[in-house]
This record gives sequence, structure tokens and C-alpha cells, in this order.
Amino acid sequence: MIKFKNSEITPEKIYNNRRSFIKNLGLAAGSMLVGSNLFTSADASSSKDELKLTDYRYVTTYNNYYEFGTGKSDPVERSQKFKTNPWNIVIDGEVENPINLSMEEITEMFPSEERIYKLRCVEGWSMVIPWQGFPLNKILKKVSPTSKAKFVKFISVLDPEQMIGQRFPILDWPYKEGLRIDEAMHDLTILVTGLYGKKLPNQNGSPLRLMVPWKYGFKSSKAIVNIKLVEKMPTSSWMKASPKEYGFYSNVNPKVDHPRWSQATERVIGGGIISPRIPTTMFNGYGDEVAGLYTGMDLKKYF
Amino acid sequence: MKSYFKPSIFILGVIPFLLITYKIFFNKLGPEPVKEITHFTGEWTLVFICLTLSMSPLKRFTNLTFWVKVRRMLGLFVFFYATLHLLTYIVIDYRFDWQQIADDVVKKKYIFIGFAAWILLIPLVITSSQKMIIALKHNWKKLHKLIYIIAIFGSLHYIWLSKTIFFKPLIYSLIIIFLLLLRIRFKKTT
Repeated sequence: MIKFKNSEITPEKIYNNRRSFIKNLGLAAGSMLVGSNLFTSADASSSKDELKLTDYRYVTTYNNYYEFGTGKSDPVERSQKFKTNPWNIVIDGEVENPINLSMEEITEMFPSEERIYKLRCVEGWSMVIPWQGFPLNKILKKVSPTSKAKFVKFISVLDPEQMIGQRFPILDWPYKEGLRIDEAMHDLTILVTGLYGKKLPNQNGSPLRLMVPWKYGFKSSKAIVNIKLVEKMPTSSWMKASPKEYGFYSNVNPKVDHPRWSQATERVIGGGIISPRIPTTMFNGYGDEVAGLYTGMDLKKYF
Repeated sequence: MKSYFKPSIFILGVIPFLLITYKIFFNKLGPEPVKEITHFTGEWTLVFICLTLSMSPLKRFTNLTFWVKVRRMLGLFVFFYATLHLLTYIVIDYRFDWQQIADDVVKKKYIFIGFAAWILLIPLVITSSQKMIIALKHNWKKLHKLIYIIAIFGSLHYIWLSKTIFFKPLIYSLIIIFLLLLRIRFKKTT
């Protein structure tokens, strides 16, 4: 069938991707002490060939960002005029030194590093993306959380004038998410300011978003304006929308199905019509690093 | 007008199929091609369900009988697109992984109800010929009321598979509910 003809066109693209992947891998491993450890874990779960970078084109045109609409292409089409400057982020709550930082201050204070992470969406697809950012713990350490700080709440921007999706009761706006403090302090959890070496595109959550690679994509809030350290477990927008379907933890787990969809397999974005689904791995392949956070916990109950 | 009506509806009905075929062969399906095909064929199934259900109300309101003459063809298009939808799921998406498919049908209510809707279409297709209409007499009408259940199943299938009801699942459901309500009204007034 002609389908195969299409795949003959792609090797060049894949080849370039593979080269840049190797290049980035080298750079990242060199610049980070823990780097090699982070990537090998992903390699162990899925073979090396499967960890190809997803096309920049797909990363930036296929997005879930309901503030701009529920369609996958809505974010890229409707976010280009979104104003991200000036932008301030308040970090407060159960902390000793609450701060209010502008994006300029953030980029100055926290040098960005590259992290190649796999993003697994709860809808059953995945991408591999070279992010630029810094560990969330660096910013949290700056504000000195108190002993009452058990959880971290992330509040995204509320701006229905600019975000058409917020004019409808799709979710409890502004978008809210949360992590347990030890999850937030984990070195894999990063705040993102860019991808593919470029400034973070609006449709990907500019100017500042979260990336928690072992959890489903919706846990990684976009366009964050407030990081609040709290004592009680925050209720995320998705938990509020459907508590039976979206738990607080939302760790990638092939054994715990979403009540309506299976989570056993996933489709790799950009693979084309002939590429098969691949098995989903526990903690999205980051189990070596993060499984310890959940020892003794029944992850079927705490989904 | 009369002689061109049926063939032109047929051509219009085939256009979505030609479009998706073109997209498959020319690689125009975007980042998630399999999902694109699944959603495309699924959505057109719903469109044809709505069109099929619109024919007798249209006949009522316009006093023109030619609407119901294309109803059978529209109904067969429902089956055509529903079958493409099912085959995409079985062949392209799950590659005949029967265990996973069986698991889905049993565990996932949207798959179950979607599959049930497709099964219910089969008796309608088998009894769609003129011969069968005559053979079944008044039972034919009763049997073909199954399309109401199929329509409800179809809209539930869409609602249950979506992360939120906004907006397309809601729109299709409202259209189907509206078309079904029109029928209840008819019976009371006639």
C-alpha cells in the first residue's frame, strides 16, 4: 500500500531527530551531575529507538490547553496574541519568605538546563520533548517552606478576555493543580521556560509551566501565576470536574485504568498510521527515581 | 429534480469517505493519524444518524415525500461509516489484539455501548431491501424503531469517550434529543 511510501519520506526527519537527540543527550549528561541516571531509566523501560524526539511541529500544534478551547489545534490557533509580558509569579502560603518574581527575575535567578522528558497524556498518547527549565525545588528552597507545608498548589492565570475557553464552565477556572511536597521537591520536577532551545510557545504554557514526567500531562500546569504551599491536599480542577476519574496523584500507571479508557498502551505522536501502540510503563519509565515516593501506598486507591 | 435527488445524495454521502482516503494516502492526518481516522468516521456516523432521523420530520413539515425516499440510503451510510469506524479500531488501532479488544468491550462502557449500537444496525441493514419491507409488513416499522436506540447509544458513546461534554458531544446529543422529541409530538397530535 501507499502507506509505506509515506514512511519512506520520514527517515530523513527521524534521522535528524535522532542526531539531535544524541546531541542533546550528550549535552545534558555533561551539564548535569544526575543526568545520565535520569535518561537511562527511560531507556530501560522503552527501547532506545522509541525515545525519538517528537517533531517540533507536533509538539507545538497538538496541545491540550482548555483555556484556549478543547480542540487539539485550538491552543496554537488562538493563543498567538496572548500577552505573557509583564508576568509575575507569586510564591506564598506556608513559607517564611513569600516572594513575587517577574519572569525576568526568574530567568536570571535560575539558569535553565535541558531535560528530555517523555510526556504521557491521560488520553493515551505520548511525546518526547527537549524542555528547558530548572528544578522546582530551587525556587521552593528560596522561600523556605514551613513545617506546615505538606502540599504545593499551582494556580494558572485567569484571563477570560484573552482565553476564550475560560468563558465557558468547562473546568473550574483558573486551572488548579497540586503536588505533595516531596513530589514537588523531587529533582525530576521542573519549571519550564522553553522547549527545543526556544522560548516556550504560548500554546505550550508560556511563560512558565510545570513538567512532572512521571504523571499524566494534565498535572503539569501551564501559565502559572501562583505557587502556594499549603497544609491540606489541594483539589485540582480535574478532580473537581470528575473525582472518580481524576485522582490527586495521577501517576502514569498501566495497571490502573481510567474508568473509561485503558491505560495499558499508548500511541507515539508522529509515528504515523503504521506505527503500533507501545506498552505504557509504570511511572512513565521514571520508576527508578520516583517509586520510592510511594512505598507502602496502594496506588490503585491513590490513583 | 426528482431523478437527480437520490444520486446527488449518494455522491454527497461518499465525499467524506473520499476525503479520508485522500488524507490517508497523502499523509494529511496530522500528529495522531489513527485517532483522526477513528474520530472522522465516528463523527460522520453521527451526522448520518442525525440526517436519517431528520427525513420523516422534514416530510411532515414540507409535505414533500421525496425526503423519505433517501432515508434508506442515509441509513446505509450510517452502517457504512459505523463499520469503517469499528474496523479502524480493530484493524488499525488494536491490530486484531482480540484480548485487549474483548477487555475494552467488557470494561469500558463507551466501547460496550458503541459496539452494541453497531450490532443493532445489522438487522436494519439486513431488512433494508424492498423485499424485506413487504415480507415483514407492519413488523418492519417496529423493527426499524431500533434506530432511535442506536442514536441514543451513539450520542452516549461520544459523551462517555470525551473528557468533557463541551462542546461537540453536547451538540450532537441535543440534536438527537430534539429529533427524537419531534416524534413523540407527532404521535400525540395524529
